[in-house]
Amino acid sequence: MPRETQSRKVFTRRAAILAGAEASVLAALAARLYQLQLMESDRYVVLADENRMNLRLLAPARGRILDRFGVVLADSRRNYQLVIVPEQAGDIAATLDALGTLIEVGDNDRRRVQRDIRRKHAFVPVLVRANLSWDEMARVELATPELPGISIEPGLTRHYPFGEMASHVVGYVAAVSEQELTGDPLLELPDFRIGKAGIEKAQDTELRGTAGTSQVEVNAFGRVVREIARVSGKAGQDVVTSLDMSMQEFVTRRCSSEQGVASVLLDAVTGEVLALISIPSFDPLAFSAGLTPAMWQELANDARKPLSNKAIAGVYPPGSTFKPVVAAAALSAAVLTPETQITCPGYLSLGNATFHCWRHGGHGTLRLRDAIKKSCDVFFYETARRVGIDRLSAMARRFGFGDVLGLDIPGERPGLIPSREWKLATSGTAWSPGETLIAGIGQGSVLATPLQLATMVARLVTGRAVSPRLARVAGLMPPGGDPAPRDFPPLGVNPHILALVLDGMNAVVNEPGGTAYSARINEPGFAMGGKSGTSQVRHINEYERGHGARHARQIPWKERDHALFVAFAPVAAPRYVCATVVEHGGISGGGGSAVAAPICRDVLLEAQRRDPARQVPVGYTVAQSGMLGG
Amino acid sequence: MASLSGDLARHRLTLLEKLRTISWPLVLVIFVAVCAGIGVLYSAADGSMQPWAAAQALRFAVALLVMLGAALVGIRYWYRAAYWAYAAALALVVAVDLRGFVGMGARRWIDLGVIQLQPSELMNVALVLALARWFHSLASEDIQRLRFLIPPALMVLLPTALVLKQPDLGTAVMLLLTGVVLFFIAGVRLRLFVLTAVAAAAAIPTGWHFLRDYQKNRIYTFLDPESDPLGAGYHILQSKIALGSGGLFGKGFLHGTQSHLSFLPEKQTDFIFTTLAEEFGFVGGVALLSLYVLIIGYGFAIALSCRSQFGRLLGLGIVTNFSLYVSINTAMVMGLIPVVGVPLPLISYGGTAMLAVMLGFGLLLNAGVHRDVRLNRRGESRPD
Repeated sequence: MPRETQSRKVFTRRAAILAGAEASVLAALAARLYQLQLMESDRYVVLADENRMNLRLLAPARGRILDRFGVVLADSRRNYQLVIVPEQAGDIAATLDALGTLIEVGDNDRRRVQRDIRRKHAFVPVLVRANLSWDEMARVELATPELPGISIEPGLTRHYPFGEMASHVVGYVAAVSEQELTGDPLLELPDFRIGKAGIEKAQDTELRGTAGTSQVEVNAFGRVVREIARVSGKAGQDVVTSLDMSMQEFVTRRCSSEQGVASVLLDAVTGEVLALISIPSFDPLAFSAGLTPAMWQELANDARKPLSNKAIAGVYPPGSTFKPVVAAAALSAAVLTPETQITCPGYLSLGNATFHCWRHGGHGTLRLRDAIKKSCDVFFYETARRVGIDRLSAMARRFGFGDVLGLDIPGERPGLIPSREWKLATSGTAWSPGETLIAGIGQGSVLATPLQLATMVARLVTGRAVSPRLARVAGLMPPGGDPAPRDFPPLGVNPHILALVLDGMNAVVNEPGGTAYSARINEPGFAMGGKSGTSQVRHINEYERGHGARHARQIPWKERDHALFVAFAPVAAPRYVCATVVEHGGISGGGGSAVAAPICRDVLLEAQRRDPARQVPVGYTVAQSGMLGG
Repeated sequence: MASLSGDLARHRLTLLEKLRTISWPLVLVIFVAVCAGIGVLYSAADGSMQPWAAAQALRFAVALLVMLGAALVGIRYWYRAAYWAYAAALALVVAVDLRGFVGMGARRWIDLGVIQLQPSELMNVALVLALARWFHSLASEDIQRLRFLIPPALMVLLPTALVLKQPDLGTAVMLLLTGVVLFFIAGVRLRLFVLTAVAAAAAIPTGWHFLRDYQKNRIYTFLDPESDPLGAGYHILQSKIALGSGGLFGKGFLHGTQSHLSFLPEKQTDFIFTTLAEEFGFVGGVALLSLYVLIIGYGFAIALSCRSQFGRLLGLGIVTNFSLYVSINTAMVMGLIPVVGVPLPLISYGGTAMLAVMLGFGLLLNAGVHRDVRLNRRGESRPD
């Protein structure tokens, strides 16, 4: 039939065209598959791996901080924290209620948990409570079957066994701030802590260690499916400090009744800081856990400045403790001999001004030794006048004043030694001779830190430019002391002159009539030498001078004089030096010889008995290197 | 069917004869392809028959019976039922538009209690049936007359518009292209196609306004998928990563990372080809494409062997529709065309799609079984 044949012909022709079209489409598809799966495969393999592989950092355990004998000052402790995995927990509120019957779960915790759950994927564990006690952990462990989604995970937290006692030296760790981010991904871990003060900050790199990595496979939602590879990190190194924690503890306890004290105990020969205290102190754990704004306000606004390390950052007029430097300057400049006699009528007039001695009636005629012993102000006014400010400030700098000493923890302040250039630059007026006299008794513009005072004495007794330090590169102290103590360059002051000054300081403590005679050490061989100082915080007016100084208790605490004492022991072969500043004379409101000298006496006596520079105490459990304490 | 005698016996086949003349090799290839699909579904569920593989196997068993049933019914019954089937499918599409269920941001489903029906899939088969009948009944000179082309054009455009409104761009494109191909093989003049194409090109700017934002985005991101790797371009990019990382031999059964770690979207439905080609590589992908080529080839052979125009148009229409599904789906997952959301026939998880495609194969086999039967314009078989 024509119609059928016709349409069949057309159909066949067009079906052939269609078949050709479909064949070319399928060929194109096969070609595309060839392109993707064979030609470009390498590129897509990389992309697929990037999709599923996730590199996770493993935070290294932070190194410990030890004292010179291995006593642990800071370490990382396992702590146990309670976490909840929302997707396993089901009814979060009910689970938290059930948990609340076992351990304390505060309203704050509950709110935080609910908030975190909303923010994170359902499989991400959310912290419920950190720092579980053993008791709490046991109770939760027992009830785990009834607490879906709840698990206990170990973590590491910084632990300071001595708490406040060494916090100014050891420092503390806290969460990394925005400014501290260096691009090191380790710092971006949510729970990472970085050293913020003291040794923790100064030696942060050593303590931190290096991060390990864990390569995990994740799905499209970020859930970890399995671990593919793990590279362990390197735990942080232990840092050994020069501190003797027993001495640190002793000094702290000795001063614990005072409101504001800074005290430094040095090994004069090595410059090692054996004890360094600043009272009041703070709890370093509070920073690690995170301070509340209220806690921070309280610390920052406290008039006694607990956050400031007064031993290195507190600057005080050194007062009469500065006189040994003036004496050394005068003897070096040969404007004075040990035999030079100066008469103290109780005051000295220069031009229109009158400069008073602390002793109303004066000391009469005296030589250098007695002037030091009795701390005669007029004698040192005259001495300073003869030396001149230029030679005086040069000698002060030689003894370590006026600049930072380079102690290996942050926060040191330079204090101030005035000079002509300084006066002109800061006030625009020329130096006046009267200011030289005031500087001669460590008042006026002169400011020093307790660490500088201790360093001054160390330089006096050794004749070398000793500089203090806290880190012990050599590690724990071996029995018998370090074989080759650090060699400091000579101070550049005639040893004979230094001996004369030390002789005067010996007389201060050990001769009747010396300002600190009542604070002498009677044990044979342990005697100390020293120099007292009582420095004015405010100017004494004529009325007060005329009516006799008011009793300290009548003056507001902030305006009372500081009590200072610097000392060395034993007199025969000095090894330990101590400088103590009791702010505003302390609770008794006394001067340097009454308040600060007894502290130095007790500290130096204890130091000599223990002799931490040479002897390793018997019965010490020396911490094993590389192991976690606790 | 009752056995017949006399003159009519030559045109009326017994059930046994019909069963014997069914193109069993084609059924075998279909069976192999579906089994491969069930294997991929097993892998997509992380090595489990649940939730997809078992359900798919059950559906295939049912659909297989539907296919055989459709193949064995006398072809004249299909001829007579063609418009009714079309009307029924259209009614279902309208019903979905009125009160269907929203799935994947579009109104595509109708819940029949037992299964959730996606009528637009059935519409493909009904449209082929209806058009085959229309063109069969036209005299060859009438086919060049425009007025005889308007009804079939409406038959194509009406469901296309309704499906587009759901909105389901993929199926709409499928219906339109299937219709165009049927016009083509029926013998409509080529110049008419050219004119229509020019007119359609002119209408594109207007049509752009009717696209939903997500459809526009798909076209944008198709043009530059890597510009928005976490947004709408994510699907294409992840699919290409899965295919590319599969390489020559693939990552191995159950070891596809992109699918198992959920980077690949819709791994059991629209992107199932990727799931397969990630685990079995280029070899696996080409093997599956070869199965499709075999099926299409059988389809062409069957269609060309038919004596009736109805059988030819029906067979080739079904095959064309099938090959369009395959081409558009695979081109989509390979990043050659925008993501339009059409399943991969025989492999993708989905009840209606399986039913529709197997029903289609039933009609194809039916045309094959009745290849020697001649039909007049009313659908009566008549002697030579």
